[in-house]
Amino acid sequence: MIKAENIVKSFDGRTVLNDITVEFGTGQTNLIIGRSGSGKTVLLKSLVGLHDVDEGAIYYDDVCFSKLDFKARKAIRRDVGMIFQGGALLDASTVAENVKLPLDLFTEQSEEEKMERVNLCLKRVNLDNAHKLYPSELSGGMVKRAAIARAIVMNPRYLFCDEPNSGLDPQTSIVIDNLIHDITKEYNITTIINTHDMNSVMEIGEKIVFIYEGNKWWEGSKDDILHAENRELDDFVFASAMAKRAKGIK
Amino acid sequence: MKKLNVIESIGRYTLLMQKVFSRPEKMRIYYTRIMQEMEALGLNSIGLTAIISVFIGSAVTLQMAITLESPFIPQFMIGYATREVMILEFSSTVVALILAGKVGSNIASEIGTMRITEQIDALEIMGVNSASYLILPKIVATVFFFPFLAIFSMLIGIAGGYGMAEITGIMNPMEYIDGLRYYFYVDEIWYALVKMAFFAYFITSISAYCGYYAKGNSLEVGKASTKAVVVSSIVIMICNLVLTQLIRT
Repeated sequence: MIKAENIVKSFDGRTVLNDITVEFGTGQTNLIIGRSGSGKTVLLKSLVGLHDVDEGAIYYDDVCFSKLDFKARKAIRRDVGMIFQGGALLDASTVAENVKLPLDLFTEQSEEEKMERVNLCLKRVNLDNAHKLYPSELSGGMVKRAAIARAIVMNPRYLFCDEPNSGLDPQTSIVIDNLIHDITKEYNITTIINTHDMNSVMEIGEKIVFIYEGNKWWEGSKDDILHAENRELDDFVFASAMAKRAKGIK
Repeated sequence: MKKLNVIESIGRYTLLMQKVFSRPEKMRIYYTRIMQEMEALGLNSIGLTAIISVFIGSAVTLQMAITLESPFIPQFMIGYATREVMILEFSSTVVALILAGKVGSNIASEIGTMRITEQIDALEIMGVNSASYLILPKIVATVFFFPFLAIFSMLIGIAGGYGMAEITGIMNPMEYIDGLRYYFYVDEIWYALVKMAFFAYFITSISAYCGYYAKGNSLEVGKASTKAVVVSSIVIMICNLVLTQLIRT
């Protein structure tokens, strides 16, 4: 479980996150949605510790993560996996080297054990034949899958995904969504996904938090979202004229 | 305001270096990375160093031969002057300035690109000390390897001068060799190598600093790369003066 309590974050005097309190459960896919510039990426990066919050606290299960120093955070980070918007694979390393890096740095496993784990993770994301390829040789979907393999190689308890579908076609997006969802269930991970892709919301959104202008505006499940009486949420979810007509919004 | 920026930058640089020199995660990984960086930053600079050194060595010999053309100045002084120029200033300071352009911009753009494409964030999330993991191997590699480049430059430059004497006949090559041996102190070589080690540290750390704090887009990476070369070059010139004063006097 990951919990944010009354978190506030500002940049140069401009409040980007305003008193947000939210809890993300274990073993479910939690989605943070909102328009571009609403503060959802800042929220995700604050949760993962890439931004320090100005006020409030962030808990990883019972541990107050936001109060920990760099060394203490390091221990928790071994349990964290993150998939970045652009994949963030190391350009100078092959796919296998990228996936193996956390094992090289933080485990005492033999080379065979490490490669066995790498093979397992790459197989799990259907990238069995991409060991020796460099990130520049991969398609968008393959980059995302390699990033997922790297994120899960240490058996994380918490998985963060920043717009995992951006730049992908709808079919590949669904493949990535389902992969993240299946991994979440398989390893009982607390997964938080930052997205503005409505297909993802309807496909895997078990808990959805809608961020509007830095505030938590609404939360619920994918079943609730269609019937929610919330003007800003409706504008976001039913953005197209056709979708608005379907819901009867003027 | 500008003064404040400089002080802030020095502060951030110092804090970054503190992170860089904190205890590495796993020495074995660092050893491999140091070897890779030696190849990328050191071995790959040999060609450029050789080309520049041989031409400058030849040009210095030619200039000296023209300038010192007098019945009162013995010919071997041309070899002596070429040796002094190559050892004391060219092979360390000028080569360092050239390397600041090549290696410095390479480091700043590499780390800057890693910053804007969130590769550094990815390392931090894994619990890796990104500053140490990315920058320390580069510093160790260049501080160790650049002095060898300086020795190489000295040899090639002096050989270039000899070649010039041999090919053009502007002076007697044997006199050139006599000049090379005239009042030769090994300390001068050590002085050049110490200087080069300092320059290597500054080129690498300053360029890495510029890249590490790059933000925005590719345009900003380009700016960081330019800034790295400019600042490194200025620091090299200041450091050259200070070290010359400290070591040679």
